[in-house]
Amino acid sequence: MVLLRWIRRRLVVFAGLLTLAYLILPNVIVMVFSFNDPAGRFNYAWREFSTAAWRDPCGVADMCGSLSLSLQIATWATIGATVLGTMIAFALVRYRFRARGAINSLIFLPMAMPEVVMAASLLTLFLNLGAQLGFWTVLIAHIMFCLSFVVTAVKARVMSMDPRLEEAARDLYAGPVQTFLRVTLPIAAPGIAAGALLAFALSFDDFIITNFNAGSTVTFPMFVWGSAQRGTPVQINVIGTAMFAIAVLVVVVGQLLARRRNRAAQP
Amino acid sequence: MTGTTTEAAPPPLTTAPAAGEVRKPPTRRRLVPYWLLLPGILWLLVFFALPLVYQASTSVQTGSLEKGFQVTWHFATYWDALAEYYPQYVRSLLYAGTATVLCLLLGYPLAYLIAFKAGRWRNLILVLVIAPFFTSFLIRTLAWKTILADGGAVVGALDALHVLDVTNWLGWTQGDRVLATPMAVVCGLTYNFLPFMILPLYTSLERIDGRLHEAARDLYASPATTFRKVTFPLSMPGVVSGTLLTFIPASGDYVNAELLGSTDTKMVGNVIQSQFLRVLDYPTAAALSFILMAVVLIMVTVYIRRAGTEDLV
Amino acid sequence: MTTDTKSTGGDVRLTGISKTYGSFTAVHPLELTIPQGSFFALLGASGCGKTTTLRMIAGLEDPTTGTVHLGERDVTDLPPYKRPVNTVFQSYALFPHLSIYENVAFGLRRRGVKSVKKQVGDMLELVQLGDRAQQRPHQLSGGQQQRVAVARALINHPQVLLLDEPLGALDLKLRRQMQLELKRIQTEVGITFVHVTHDQEEAMTMADQVAVMNGGRVEQLGAPADLYENPQTTFVANFLGTSNLIPAEIVEGASEDLVVSAGGGKLRLPAGRCQASTAAGGRLLVGVRPEKISLVHADDAGTIPDGRNRLTGTITASSFIGVSTQYVVDGPAGSGLQVYEQNVERDSRLAPGAEVVLHWNPAHTFGLGADQAIDAGTQKVEDAA
Repeated sequence: MVLLRWIRRRLVVFAGLLTLAYLILPNVIVMVFSFNDPAGRFNYAWREFSTAAWRDPCGVADMCGSLSLSLQIATWATIGATVLGTMIAFALVRYRFRARGAINSLIFLPMAMPEVVMAASLLTLFLNLGAQLGFWTVLIAHIMFCLSFVVTAVKARVMSMDPRLEEAARDLYAGPVQTFLRVTLPIAAPGIAAGALLAFALSFDDFIITNFNAGSTVTFPMFVWGSAQRGTPVQINVIGTAMFAIAVLVVVVGQLLARRRNRAAQP
Repeated sequence: MTGTTTEAAPPPLTTAPAAGEVRKPPTRRRLVPYWLLLPGILWLLVFFALPLVYQASTSVQTGSLEKGFQVTWHFATYWDALAEYYPQYVRSLLYAGTATVLCLLLGYPLAYLIAFKAGRWRNLILVLVIAPFFTSFLIRTLAWKTILADGGAVVGALDALHVLDVTNWLGWTQGDRVLATPMAVVCGLTYNFLPFMILPLYTSLERIDGRLHEAARDLYASPATTFRKVTFPLSMPGVVSGTLLTFIPASGDYVNAELLGSTDTKMVGNVIQSQFLRVLDYPTAAALSFILMAVVLIMVTVYIRRAGTEDLV
Repeated sequence: MTTDTKSTGGDVRLTGISKTYGSFTAVHPLELTIPQGSFFALLGASGCGKTTTLRMIAGLEDPTTGTVHLGERDVTDLPPYKRPVNTVFQSYALFPHLSIYENVAFGLRRRGVKSVKKQVGDMLELVQLGDRAQQRPHQLSGGQQQRVAVARALINHPQVLLLDEPLGALDLKLRRQMQLELKRIQTEVGITFVHVTHDQEEAMTMADQVAVMNGGRVEQLGAPADLYENPQTTFVANFLGTSNLIPAEIVEGASEDLVVSAGGGKLRLPAGRCQASTAAGGRLLVGVRPEKISLVHADDAGTIPDGRNRLTGTITASSFIGVSTQYVVDGPAGSGLQVYEQNVERDSRLAPGAEVVLHWNPAHTFGLGADQAIDAGTQKVEDAA
């Protein structure tokens, strides 16, 4: 009876932790199976422990090439979408102009549209224009769908920013360029960084739009997709686990640094 | 910057208008927002809006890949596409809808836990929610093949608990298999879009002033009533954007259906993909894609109106 | 940046300056001269155009019409970063990403001053924040942030310092303290201060000159005591302190003292203090400040000396506030008349319900035109919140 009540009181906690387990389980599987030595071409069933894949992560033909291509595309798409998106976000928050409603819709729609629709229509455009599908068409597509997310992230930050800070800078002899570089940009930086991070993650991980518009170019997600048909090398799990570890490490180190800096600033 | 403040210089003689005359801000400054908007908006117009126009025109073309396609206003393509593929549409909406409801049911307790109960664990749990993003979602989806493998621990447990008997009866699973059934696809969809539900929910829950709970308790509300009358209504913005962020991508997804499903679980995304990339029947593919867009946009609009939160952007 | 021209400055002159946003006129064409070295207050309720006027002087707002002169120089077309004018912003607008030191050094650095160390150090000492130099704004209390904002502006030796509700975010006690502090700094540095506030007490304590603004216009301009004693409109009479305004009809005009009738009684006031026509038969509003009025119980009416204005009435409320007691009196001449009595010798009969006679020296009476709203400016308490 007591036990029952104890559980009932913490029902939310148990339910939440179950969901968390559901979220984490695949990552654990990916990690465990990166040490597998599978029997056949597919790495779905456990056979025996092996570190072979970790010792030779690029041992699969074309995989590391596709990985580097994905990193390049993600980098450029992040830069492009962040610059364009930040400009739009500033215009939307800081200025009054015509057609604001139409522009807001144009930014919202890509986020409210199933990816496959954007992918198919963009392919139609490229086919009609006779464009060569490959690196550039993928990059164009990635900048397009990342743009809205950057706008949303940066806009939230700029909106919470006191416009008087920029007025204060102008009042204190900073011209428009100085004001932007010394006050606006540093204060908006967390929002821009969040937008950029989101853009990188979205671009790097994108499959559907890329699959439609890449032609014969193979990004990392496309390589994984292809290998699901041909046979999944253990190295895929190695890459997935390494990415996971690096990202978690970056987040944790970042948090620790921020905490230490805050503590140092205390009187 | 220093040289620009020339206070020793004589005052401007003629530029200042006389008192009473109406000044206008210089044209250059009025154009600033347009210059800021131009590149990004142009990008969206050319690579998002214009493609939709091209797709609309393609959908009413006839012809063949060899002879080329011409616009013949052949609207029959739409009826043919609907007639042939309506099961896939129904399936897409059904799977996406089920996954969205499951995401809400699974995600809400976790978001609530992070917002109100996690204490010093809050940041760690948040990192764990976001962390799966860092591994390619295709790799993670493939991991479900292992988890739901025939004869595996999960399937065995479900069988032992007679869950499979129920799901078999409902038609969600077949025999002693979970993989290659609707249940596997919905399970994959739910898993893939769960973080998109949790994060907006968490954001709106976190904004709720803890004193509101105390006030509700003080005013004779039981915990359940407090949740029903205070917490949940206040988290509605998160519920709305979370369900949209889950439903929209799920309805067009074809990765889960392809990797975890069978030919009987194909969604409309699979059809569009194969029409476009394998069959190369562009008009049909364009029409299919357009119908999907229309259905989703109409549903989303109605939903937002009903939910009463239009300022999602 | 030639700093020597700054000291030779001059008056701030606003000529026909106005600001409209679409169809809304925030500031009607305005003529205003702010003498060099003065402490000038723009006083009014929120939305009266005082902040817009200040921002036009700063260059943060482009005037729709008119010009701004600093001394002989027309600065109307100069952007804020080229004007020898600095601002202490409402809620300070300290740069959150910079240390206190860098906040104060900001203006100097932008003007290309190479060695800022001594100046910034001195300035931080002046505002007693020398030990906080390396902290961030959010680590400081409200009063300290306010002092940083003042230091950040003053270090540039502006010709004019603009203060936009600089004390609005502080609690009452700290506000009083900072009022004196600001006044001290102003006397010390001798720079023209233009101070925007909705707090009439603050304006009166600090400023040499006060412009009372209402609906985008300056209602009245003058020294605080002059504004208080001789309000020219009902708005000023009610907004600055409290006034008892009584509708009356002129019985005898044209002499040195006017005689008016109000509620059956006769009152006198100096013709020189009447802002309306003094012809007999005209209507006007007779005003008197609550602290000028004495209050006696009706039984003692005989003790009132001759020659004083009298009104009869009944006390409807009284509140004891330490140094004085405030009474509300209803009578035939008007209801809700306010009387402040010093608590020297308290008459226990003066309680709600008591019949009383109000009396005061006719010289303290003023007259206003009857064509204005009698309660203009009384909503200031709500506006200030």
